[in-house]
Amino acid sequence: MPSSDYDSACLPDLLPLYYRRLFPFSQYYRWLNYGGVQKNYFQNREFSFTLKDDIYVRYQSFSTQSELEKEMQKMNPYKIDIGAVYTHRPSQHNTVKSGSFQALEKELVFDIDMTDYDDVRSCCSAADICSKCWPLMTIAVRVLDRALREDFGFHHLLWVYSGRRGVHCWVCDEAARKLSVTARSAVAEYLSLVKGGDEMVKKVVLTDPLHPFITESLKVVEKYFPQYALQDQEILSRKESINKVLALVPEDILFARNELLRDFQNERHPEKRWELVNDQASRKQSTAKKGHYFEKEIMLQYCYPRLDVNVSKGVNHLLKSPFSVHPKTGRISVPMDLKELDSFDPSAVPTISLICEELDRPRTGEEELEDVKENEKDATERRKIRDYKRTSLAKYVKLFDRFVDGLASSWKGELLRKSDLEKEF
Amino acid sequence: MVIVEPCPLSLAGVTSRAAVPALIRSGDPLKTLGLLAHHQPPCSFMFYGQPPLENISLTEFEAFAVDRLKLLKSVETLGVRHVKTTEDYKKKLETESKNLNFPYRPPSQTDQRKPQIGLSEHEKRRKDHISHFILRLAYCQTEDLRRWFIQQEVDLFRYRFNELEAKQKLEFLHKNNLQYNTISAEEKMSLQEKLINSSYNVSGITVKDQDFYKVPFQDALDLVRTRKVYLKAGYVYIPHQDIVAIVINDFRTRLSKALALAARSLPAVHSDERLQPLLNHLSHAYVGQDYSVQKNVGKISLEQIDSLSVKSFPLCMRQLHQALRENHHLRHGGRMQYGLFLKGIGLSLEQALQFWRLEFIRGKVDADKFDKAYTYGIRHMFGKEGKRADYTPYSCMKVILSNLPSQGDHHGCPFRHSDPELLKQKLQVYKVSPSGISQILELVKGMHYQLACQKYFELTHNVEDANFSLNHPNQYFVESQKALGGGGGGGGGGGGKDIKREMGTPQRSRENSAVRGSTAAPEAAASASRDLAEIPEDLDSYFQDA
Ligand SMILES: [Zn+2]
Repeated sequence: MPSSDYDSACLPDLLPLYYRRLFPFSQYYRWLNYGGVQKNYFQNREFSFTLKDDIYVRYQSFSTQSELEKEMQKMNPYKIDIGAVYTHRPSQHNTVKSGSFQALEKELVFDIDMTDYDDVRSCCSAADICSKCWPLMTIAVRVLDRALREDFGFHHLLWVYSGRRGVHCWVCDEAARKLSVTARSAVAEYLSLVKGGDEMVKKVVLTDPLHPFITESLKVVEKYFPQYALQDQEILSRKESINKVLALVPEDILFARNELLRDFQNERHPEKRWELVNDQASRKQSTAKKGHYFEKEIMLQYCYPRLDVNVSKGVNHLLKSPFSVHPKTGRISVPMDLKELDSFDPSAVPTISLICEELDRPRTGEEELEDVKENEKDATERRKIRDYKRTSLAKYVKLFDRFVDGLASSWKGELLRKSDLEKEF
Repeated sequence: MVIVEPCPLSLAGVTSRAAVPALIRSGDPLKTLGLLAHHQPPCSFMFYGQPPLENISLTEFEAFAVDRLKLLKSVETLGVRHVKTTEDYKKKLETESKNLNFPYRPPSQTDQRKPQIGLSEHEKRRKDHISHFILRLAYCQTEDLRRWFIQQEVDLFRYRFNELEAKQKLEFLHKNNLQYNTISAEEKMSLQEKLINSSYNVSGITVKDQDFYKVPFQDALDLVRTRKVYLKAGYVYIPHQDIVAIVINDFRTRLSKALALAARSLPAVHSDERLQPLLNHLSHAYVGQDYSVQKNVGKISLEQIDSLSVKSFPLCMRQLHQALRENHHLRHGGRMQYGLFLKGIGLSLEQALQFWRLEFIRGKVDADKFDKAYTYGIRHMFGKEGKRADYTPYSCMKVILSNLPSQGDHHGCPFRHSDPELLKQKLQVYKVSPSGISQILELVKGMHYQLACQKYFELTHNVEDANFSLNHPNQYFVESQKALGGGGGGGGGGGGKDIKREMGTPQRSRENSAVRGSTAAPEAAASASRDLAEIPEDLDSYFQDA
């Protein structure tokens, strides 16, 4: 993989190039300005930069796109975080009377991190990921995306690969940006099914009747479960992992555990073994009232998205920005295309060293031709477009463009309404 | 204004001052509020939309405030001991309301003929209205106070609203601008299955018979949070019987906003040294000791912590301490819960820094990274960074309800957030008797986590019936030190006795003789009223200059 030649020691050399020639400033500004519908929305937005040697600078804010560009090109942040829109310019927060500097709005965000799945994946732990556990992220995106759209009625969801071991979601609808802390935590809790820390063995408990949200989420999980859990993770293949699964069978049907252990001796095939679990569950369902969803509970405990509720809850919580670099892996935080989600490969996401290298490659004739066609745009802007188009970043910027276009259609209506109102006066 | 008694108080002055800070300058609050033209709708006493506008005597002021405190304290206690929907809970709350002369059921046509004992219904409602606004002032001062007050008022409101007749509920909705649309019969039928699966006590027949309201999900957060309602495209579909959740949410939001506004005007109220003690006494009477005030700084040495964690820490802190020693690390939630607790038992900032550093650098964190990543957070806890707020150690309620532990966490309440099976094993390891364990598990099953913790205290300290009601991990520690130092304790000894002298004193020798702590309810109230009576006569001039 080209990423393997990324060396974090080169970051001080690569970042200036990245921010000067590749970072998609115009789309970025277009996104965070939200059409200028609300006054000072971009100007009062907090950015925070992590600089070399882990120096962390909070409360940065910028009045225009060009100021943002200049500052980023000057400071060359190792990492960029986006915070809330405040009552005042964050850069001036010290001059404001204490207590009146308040976070007002922010996108509703979600952070799903692979480390939260350490008790249910056997291939890696901590910050490591591989193709055997990545499907957990795919499932998380599918489950949450469906619920946020169909249940909560949100439309403008930006899914972003974090650059290392997880994914972020930015819900950008106006209604989402205006949610209170209480509302954000209510949404996050609605979406949380796996509960409890290390002191809790059984982390999913379902009760009758199954809420439509759970039924819908199960449909997603069921689709991925056989390949992911039974084949890739082999949760019913080895003795310890089998015991871990069976520990989730409710205590009051201990005999079921023993029967399953006995049956497993004659049946090695993981999918057949899972069928045996299902059989036990349906037998249980016909006889008793309690604990009769244990096969579903097992699937959810192993596959259901694990949210960091605190990230979603706080209006002023910072989250790594799209197109920020991950300093450890060198990978760019790129938007994800949900149409191609199942084939998304985090190890194929371009690193900063790759795209900088691509800039230096000799240009093809086709590219030269394109340049001529775009001669109506101003020179620097034109050069930047030309630059990223020559790298593997191009398809992700295009994706981002499409997302912002979708957003723009929502604020166009709003702007029209406003100008109509003004005409009436 | 009419002067009723020698020491009249203009409530309009006090309450509107707090409710609408801008009015302090505007001169004529009544006019600005547009209240004079209003008359009060029948159910208004429950929403407290408008502050009282009359003058009342000093005697009434104190009596009303103290009675409401008693009522709210009962609400809290009953809420812990009973499930809030049971007849038992309702009956007991009704009795309390009756005894304290508060309205316990909104008047309906059928009620009019009932003979009145004590105050008339009108007088009760007046008392309810006035006392609520006095306590708003006393309880808007800190986040903890506000949370406690809102919780109790919301519970009281819920009880009262549930007592309303169906027609009154509907009337109430409309009077409070909660006009939601019901869905058509066709839509109802097409969603039937989903409505049944997402709402409690709704079956095929009842879907047909009752109205479903379509409400923006932001207005029904409690139902959304617990998935007790069908949610589609941003709207929840609420059966008529559950509309109470909406009303409560609305009540909570309004009250919370009102308290925030009141808090902003406090500097003005506080600048008067006569009024400040009055409000402070009222507010301190029920949330118990303020554990953020460090009285014992440096009285505990780091070497004592291991043995104290076994003898005198509540289970939640013992669990965190153990996890910290084992993993040489705690995640954010654990650091906050445990760090603030340690601050509360007397660790100084320097000790805390040393304590966390020594442990963390035994794990994956080197000293340099520790200084960079964790020092700020610890200094923050002690109010030395950021907003410089002095953070208060978490109460049981906060531990149980907020910031639930997730993968890799060890914080939270072990009685609430552990598998019963693991809890049982842990208690066995800690040498709790089998009968004791089953008593604890029984309480856990009934969701009485604080009582379970108190039972654990009794069992591990060999006390028959601990005469305090546990609501704070630091209270547990203080009580444990008391019990162990008092000579009767089981496996006591060690640091227990030494520290006890220091820990025991602050509560008794408070400068102003007010007895704090939740068990001391009546005494505290009484002493609060003593102080009220000492307020000089020209207080009224203060109230009236608004
Ligand atoms: Zn893996």
